[in-house]
Amino acid sequence: MLLQIKNLHAGINGKEILRGVDLEVDKGEVHAIMGPNGTGKSTLASVIAGREAFEVTSGEIFYQGKNLQKLSVEERAREGIFLGFQYPVEIPGVSITNFMRTAVNEIRKYKGLDALPGGEFIKLMEERKKLVEITSNLTNRSVNEGFSGGEKKKNEIFQMAMLEPTLAILDETDSGLDIDALRIVANGVNKLRRVDNAFLVITHYQRLLEYIVPDFVHVLYEGRIVKSGGKELAIELEDRGYDWIKQEQV
Amino acid sequence: MEPIKKQSISLQRMVDLFENHRQLLSSSDTAHLSEIRQQAFAALKKLGLPDTKLETWRHTDLRETLERGYDYHLHPLPEDDLQKVFRCNIPHLDTTIIGQLNGWHVSKEVPVMELGNGIIMGSLSEAKKKYPGLVERYYGKAANDSADALTALNTAFAQDGVFIYIPSGIKSPKPVQLINVISHSENIFLQSRNLIVLGDNAGLSLVHCDDSYNHQASFSNIVTEVFMGENAFLDHYKLQNLNNDSSLISAVWFQLGKSANLNSHYISLNGGLIRNNIRLLFNGPHGNAGLYGLYLMDRKQQIDNQIFVDHAFPECTSDEVFKGILDESARGVFNGHVLVRRNSIKTDARQTNKNILLTDTARINSQPFLEIYNDDVKCSHGSTTGQLDSEAMFYLRQRGISEESARMLLMFAFADEIVGKIAIPQLRLRIEDMVKKRLQGELQICEQCVLHCSTPEHPLEFHIDMEKI
Repeated sequence: MLLQIKNLHAGINGKEILRGVDLEVDKGEVHAIMGPNGTGKSTLASVIAGREAFEVTSGEIFYQGKNLQKLSVEERAREGIFLGFQYPVEIPGVSITNFMRTAVNEIRKYKGLDALPGGEFIKLMEERKKLVEITSNLTNRSVNEGFSGGEKKKNEIFQMAMLEPTLAILDETDSGLDIDALRIVANGVNKLRRVDNAFLVITHYQRLLEYIVPDFVHVLYEGRIVKSGGKELAIELEDRGYDWIKQEQV
Repeated sequence: MEPIKKQSISLQRMVDLFENHRQLLSSSDTAHLSEIRQQAFAALKKLGLPDTKLETWRHTDLRETLERGYDYHLHPLPEDDLQKVFRCNIPHLDTTIIGQLNGWHVSKEVPVMELGNGIIMGSLSEAKKKYPGLVERYYGKAANDSADALTALNTAFAQDGVFIYIPSGIKSPKPVQLINVISHSENIFLQSRNLIVLGDNAGLSLVHCDDSYNHQASFSNIVTEVFMGENAFLDHYKLQNLNNDSSLISAVWFQLGKSANLNSHYISLNGGLIRNNIRLLFNGPHGNAGLYGLYLMDRKQQIDNQIFVDHAFPECTSDEVFKGILDESARGVFNGHVLVRRNSIKTDARQTNKNILLTDTARINSQPFLEIYNDDVKCSHGSTTGQLDSEAMFYLRQRGISEESARMLLMFAFADEIVGKIAIPQLRLRIEDMVKKRLQGELQICEQCVLHCSTPEHPLEFHIDMEKI
C-alpha cells in the first residue's frame, strides 16, 4: 500500500477539522476526493504534506510503510509526495529555474545522487515545459509572480513533471481554469500517470474528472469519508448535488 | 605630540581641541574656507553633540560611541602598508582608485591628479591650495552646519578627504573607486570631508567604500558634498563593511541642478553603528533621483537611514527604496522625509521601506513622511515589516528544499530588488556574492577589504545555486 490513513483526526488552532479519515491508495491508482466546501479536503492535503500549522490529534498516516508524522515537510517531498496548491504562492525575486534547480538537486542529494549538470537540467526543463504546453519564457520569471490563474496551475503541473512524485495530491487544481487550460492541465497529469505512482485529486466539481478519470471517488463530509465508489459516484454527485449525502448522514 | 589619546568625545573636549589647534586645522584653508570653519565651530558650540532628545536621534543613542576612548590625530599617520588600500579593487573592473587611510588621502604618486579632459581627483587639502577658487565655489554650499551638529563638527575639524571634479561636458572614462580604509593599532576617531563636483552634462560612476581592516574600535564622522550641474549624471554606490566596534556617521549632501540624474545606493553589510544621513536638494526643475538602500544587520548592530529630499523645484522625480533584514538583537531606523514645496508642481515622489525581522528581539522604527504643499503631485509612501513569508516557506519546502535553503532563497530574493539596481555588472556580481555570504553568516571583516573577497582564503561553497540563468 502506498498511502494508508487510519482514523485520522486533525485540526488547526484547537479546532478539529478531520474527524476520523480512513483512506488507502495504492500505486497505479487515481483517487478523487470530493465534497462540499469546508469539509476538510484541503486540510487533508495539508496534513499529508506535513504543514506544521495543522495538528494531528490522533490516527496515523503511513506512506510506503513509513510513519509520515516523523518526517518534515521537505523530507516528505523528497520521499515523493507532491502537493499541487489550490493557491500557488507568489515569490518575487526567485526565478522558477532557480527554484526548480534547487528542488531537483536537494531531492537528488537526499537520494544519494549527484547534482544534475546544468545542461541536462535545462534539457529536462524544456522537455517538461512541453508537457503542459508552456511556450513562453515563464521559467525565467519569478515564481508565480504576476501569473494568471491558468499560468499558476500549469506551473504547478510543470513542477510536478520536474519532480516526478510517487504520490501527487492536486488540491482543486481545476478551480479558476477555463476549459482550454483545464484540458492542458489534465493532459499533463494523464501523461504522468504510471503504474508506480498515484494521484489524489481533490475537486469540488465533476468537470475535472471527465479529463482525469479516477479509479475511486470518495466523498468527504464533516471531516470523514462518508461514501466511496467508482467514477460513476462523481457523475451522481454532479446530477444530485451533495444534499442527499448530507441527509444520509442525519 | 598627539592632542587626544584614548579619550572619550565630548563637546568640551572638542571645543578645547579646536581652540588649541585653530591654526593647524586651518593650515590649508583660504581666508574664505577658514571663515566657514569658524562659523561651523560656532554652530557646533550652539548645537552641542546630539542626544536622544532630538527627534532625529530619538532611536539612535550615540552615548556608547562617544564614551569609548579614541585617539584623534591632527597629522596623517605613517602609511604602513599602502598596498592594502590599492589592492582593493573590483575584479575585472577597471577603475580609477582614490585611497584614504584613516581619513587622510593617500597616493602612490601625486596628491592631486589631473587626468586629462580637465578631470581633477585627489586630496581635498591639496586641492584647497592648488584650486582655491574652484573649491571655494562649492565647499560648504550644500552641507548645512547649523542644521546638523555632526556636520558642523566635521566642517570645524576636517583637514583632508577627497576632491573630485568633472568639468562640464566630460564623462569620466572609468568608474572611480573611493576606498576609505580604517586601520590603526588603537581606537581611532576620524573625520574626513569629500567634495564631488560634476559640471553641466558631466557623468561619473563612483563606488565609495568604507572598510575597516582590523578589530579596533573606530568612530568616523564623514561628510560628503555632491554638486551636480545641469543634466549631469551620477551613479553612486556606498558600500559599508566595518567591524562590530565601528561607528560610522556618513552625511551626504546632494545638490542637483536642472535635469540632473542621480542613482545613489547604500549597501550596509556590517558595522556596529551605521548612520546614513542623506540630504538631497533639487536645485532646478526636471531632476531625477533614485535612492536605494539595503542593510543586513545582526548581533547588536544598529543601522539608521535618515533621508531628506527637498523638492524645491517643479517636475522632479524621487524614488526611495530601502530594504533591510534584521537578525538577533539588531536595530534599525528608517526616517524618510520628502518635502514638496508650494511651487513644485508635477512632483513625483515615492518612498518605500521594507523590513524582515528574523527574531523577536530585532527591532525597526520606520517613519516614512511626506510633507506636501501643493495639489498637483504624485506621491506615495509605504512601510512594511514582517517575518519571512510562512506561505512561501511551506511552498518551497514542499518541493523538497530544506528549511535553511528556503530561508536563504527568500532573503536573497528580498535583497535582490536592491542589488538588481546596481548598474555596473562586475560590481553587481561582487555585491551579490557578498550579500549571499553575509546572509549565510560567512562574510568576515577580513585582512582584506570588502571588494577583495574574490580571493578568500577559504573558497565558499553554496549548497544552493542562486544564480539566475
